[in-house]
Amino acid sequence: MFIIGELINGMYSDIGRAIKEKNKSVIQTFALKQIKCGADALDVNCGPASRDPAGDMRWLIETIQEATTAPLALDSSKPQVIASGLEVLKNQAIINSTTADKEKLDRLLPLAKKYNAKLIGLTISAKGIPQNKDQRLELAAEIVASCAEQGFPVENLYLDPIILPVNVAQVQIREILEVIAEFKIISEPSPKTVVGLSNVSQGTSARSLINRTFLTMAVAFGLDAAILDPTDKELMDALITAELVLNKQIYCDSYLDAYRKK
Amino acid sequence: MKNEPLLEKWSGRVANVTIGATKEAGGSRKTTVKVGAEESLPFLFREGNIAHKPALAFEIWDVYPAEWPAELLNAYGDILKDPLRWAKKCVQEYRAGLLCLKLQGAHPDYGNKNAKDETGLVKELLKTTDVPLIILGCGDDAKDNLILPACSEAAKGERCLIGDAVQDNYKTLTAAVLADGHNIIAESPIDVNIAKQLNILISDMGLPLERIVINPTIGALGYGLEYAYSIMERARLAALAGDKTLAMPFICLVGQESWRAKEARASSREFPEWGDEAARGISWEAVTAAALLQAGADILVMRHPKAIKEVNKYIEELMRNEFRKS
Repeated sequence: MFIIGELINGMYSDIGRAIKEKNKSVIQTFALKQIKCGADALDVNCGPASRDPAGDMRWLIETIQEATTAPLALDSSKPQVIASGLEVLKNQAIINSTTADKEKLDRLLPLAKKYNAKLIGLTISAKGIPQNKDQRLELAAEIVASCAEQGFPVENLYLDPIILPVNVAQVQIREILEVIAEFKIISEPSPKTVVGLSNVSQGTSARSLINRTFLTMAVAFGLDAAILDPTDKELMDALITAELVLNKQIYCDSYLDAYRKK
Repeated sequence: MKNEPLLEKWSGRVANVTIGATKEAGGSRKTTVKVGAEESLPFLFREGNIAHKPALAFEIWDVYPAEWPAELLNAYGDILKDPLRWAKKCVQEYRAGLLCLKLQGAHPDYGNKNAKDETGLVKELLKTTDVPLIILGCGDDAKDNLILPACSEAAKGERCLIGDAVQDNYKTLTAAVLADGHNIIAESPIDVNIAKQLNILISDMGLPLERIVINPTIGALGYGLEYAYSIMERARLAALAGDKTLAMPFICLVGQESWRAKEARASSREFPEWGDEAARGISWEAVTAAALLQAGADILVMRHPKAIKEVNKYIEELMRNEFRKS
């Protein structure tokens, strides 16, 4: 499982304040902590309150790059913010994200190609969030087709089915799990899959438990990557155990330690 | 249309283990033996780099191996009574590049030699020969915990390979090997889960994973060879997929297991239809070794000079340059 740490997000008060005060050490501490806990890459989001998102994005990237060479997921709904961040990015880039809308794909796919970036594609469009599996698959197919047209390698595409909170859209969760497996058969080579995990438990009273329960189920449906809180030890233990049960690593009594030694 | 072979891409690599330290590295060996570092399954040169050829070690005992079958005893003759002459012959006459000293005589049932006897022998052996050395205990845990740390200290700086550490008895040996700059053999009973666990336990004590060699325990041809093969293959596949806790070279005690087989020992008088017993035992050892090479064995500890010669030829053949061309 490719783990993208979610904690560097201006929406969180510590990070928001650090961005405002340009406090590098807070950001770098969060970056290294997540990597130590098992993150393979770090999500970077300056948050909704930023008055200068492009400038903040660049500052965050430069700050994090001083501390680690881990890949960074530039997280913004505004393509110009991502473009601005890519200009200063030295680490492997992940663009987070495009939607299935043509304007966005036409803007972000060339950037992804230019910077040899991975691209997260949300199965969402200007029409809104899909309400069932077929709509998700249709949007996924549109994104995959655009990648093929523009010569972007599909194996660098991470399709995100958009998880809805279990207390809002309980009836859809099963289909979201199923579509993770179905995304893989859209093309050969297959696109990869990713979820923004925490969304599933938004507004519930048992967030960590719901997150890890969903994650283990998603792993069984073939999920490749997740944006999550790697400092949630129980979540990481559940993930490692799910992979163990699926024979993705060889059992031994200290399998949790063994995984972390990798 | 030209058929292109489907080549596997691996992300992992087996650890590179060096046995023996030259003068420059603080030891007194003339040569070193490097094993491991594979980036593909055995001999699949087009799927990844295979830096080293498998190594063959001659097995030497500290006592006369009275229970070895006649063919083995005849092959070496009287020198079996003198480990130093035995070792010297292996190096000088048979061109051994690696020796494996088995301290069988320390076993309470085989003479109960003490630490002083064994360290004396190790020191003499290191003076008499200049190839890298593997040192194996007698298999009695309590006794090994006395003699192996002493031998480890006696060979300090020579970067030997010392074993075997087992799941219930690894701490004493690990501490000794760590202090004296050697490599360790981690033995598991044909069990990939225990192999992995033991590697973690040993590395938790501070010994780097790059100083561990796995003894997966094997069976000879006809005695569980396929089972050993499947365990080694499973561990190696995990290693190549990136599991560092299983990415160690393998050592296989081929001689010990092969010459235990009834087919290697029984006389032709007893089983006339099985043919000449001398050739039979040698073949049993060579064939077992050849199969284990394909399972990923990095070090084969063998006994009969003729079997070793045959396996050496086979390795040379497999490693020939034209196989490497893409």
